[in-house]
Amino acid sequence: MRGGGLIVAALLAVWTPVAAETVVAGLSRDTINITANFEGSEILIFGAVGRDAPAPDGSIEVIITVEGPSLPASVRRKSLRFGIWVNTDGIEVDSAPSFYAVATTAPFEDVLTHVEDLRHRVSIPRAIRAVGLGVSDGQAFTDALIRIRERSDLYQLIEGAVTLRDQTLFDTSIQLPANLVEGDYRTRIFLTREGRVIDVFEQDIAVRKVGLERFIYNLAHDRPLIYGILSLAIAIAAGWLASAVFRYIRT
Amino acid sequence: MQIYLPIAEVSVNAFLLLGLGGLVGILSGMFGVGGGFLITPLLFFVGIPPAVAVATSTNQIVASSFSALLAHLKRKTVDIKMGVVLLAGGLVGAAAGVQVFAVLARLGQVDLLVQLCYVVFLGIIGGIMFVESLNAIRRARASGGSVVPKRRHRGWIDSLPFKMRFRTSGLYISVIPPLLVGLLVGVLAAIMGVGGGFIMVPAMIYLLGMPTKVVIGTSLFQIIFVTGFATLMHATTNYTVDMVLAVLLLVGGVVGAQVGTRIGTKMKAEQLRILLSVMVLAVCGKLAFDLLVMPSELYSIGPGAGH
Repeated sequence: MRGGGLIVAALLAVWTPVAAETVVAGLSRDTINITANFEGSEILIFGAVGRDAPAPDGSIEVIITVEGPSLPASVRRKSLRFGIWVNTDGIEVDSAPSFYAVATTAPFEDVLTHVEDLRHRVSIPRAIRAVGLGVSDGQAFTDALIRIRERSDLYQLIEGAVTLRDQTLFDTSIQLPANLVEGDYRTRIFLTREGRVIDVFEQDIAVRKVGLERFIYNLAHDRPLIYGILSLAIAIAAGWLASAVFRYIRT
Repeated sequence: MQIYLPIAEVSVNAFLLLGLGGLVGILSGMFGVGGGFLITPLLFFVGIPPAVAVATSTNQIVASSFSALLAHLKRKTVDIKMGVVLLAGGLVGAAAGVQVFAVLARLGQVDLLVQLCYVVFLGIIGGIMFVESLNAIRRARASGGSVVPKRRHRGWIDSLPFKMRFRTSGLYISVIPPLLVGLLVGVLAAIMGVGGGFIMVPAMIYLLGMPTKVVIGTSLFQIIFVTGFATLMHATTNYTVDMVLAVLLLVGGVVGAQVGTRIGTKMKAEQLRILLSVMVLAVCGKLAFDLLVMPSELYSIGPGAGH
């Protein structure tokens, strides 16, 4: 009987914090407008760990991800054939986010276990979906995709960028580059203890073209012929105008 | 000043684009080439997606060519009759070229073909022009003045039927060679995504024997129609013409074209040709270098094929 009581107490000790700690979070903005002079944007993500009971022992960790719309992509590799470098192999990636940032409070391996990463698709390689690549070294291609996008800041792993105060208040800022694709950017906040996820918070940030950018984009897609003729008309008019101005200057 | 391009979906420096447009415009006015073979690779380099770069540069070429053509029309250095004949061949060729392009795209090696086309044609044309114009300059030096080019002996070309008089060019030749030149340029223009001026200009000088001064205006005349057609095709089928990018390029381009035309009239024909050939060879060398030297990044990302 005493032994049974101990097991229940032990179970409760493990179980209680899972239910008791939740994310209470906010974003500095939930829409980003792409205007003609858009130079990228910084979003501030902040929040607190909500608790029903005192915090258990051990430290809590926070992982924040921001994910842009996913699109299929093709990755090609060059090799030397007949003395010139040509694309010889390639794979099709089913879906890869156009932007993906992961910010953590500590080194990634310390805040999330491999199993939890597989389940929640948190790390950058997990965010890319590629099945049945059809080549033996498919990994090399997805690695290259990540490498190239990391170089242009489209994929970011920023370990230690989330600051956590008193095991309760956290905040981070994520820099969105200027070459953003339109769409809903999914923001996720994970609370973890000993590498296991104990709560997740999700919110979308809408990234939209506005004003002239929106008008031109819509016109190009909805009325392509009119758009094409308009483009030509602008070209002809500009050509004529320049000619007329120069003639006027000369006389 | 950074500006976000709505179709390309990238942010680039507006002054850089104005400068690029201006540079290409000057060349366009000087040599009668549309500049597509220069501006398209330059736009890749700035970070514009290839599909948008190809489509938008055709629109920019319409503007700078039109600006330069007006200057040439005023000077009466356009052989409109010859231009129409070349254009007739060109449109048929362009339509055929689009089909060839579609077949190669299905085979997955279209990038390589485009690059090889550039290297081969730029190399041949640049090389021939360079040697020829160097010889012309040497002859001019030897005789102490500008040499009036000999009437070319065209042999088999003279024996062809359907002769027509091209007054502005001072030619009385069969319409078959210009039609064929137009056709060939049309095919290549569609495959390489350019106006084809850099092939057209030497072809008119060396194959048809037209005077250099008339060649430039006539080439521009033809280029406007071919690239205008291409712009419409790209806008309606691929939605890849970026109006904001085009406007920035063409503001620089139309001004550059006017300046270029004025520089062109002050220079001797041989000097113009040697400059053009050096430029063509430089672009050819760069492209050949890219094919021959191991790239620093073997992998490249493209848009998904869409299953």
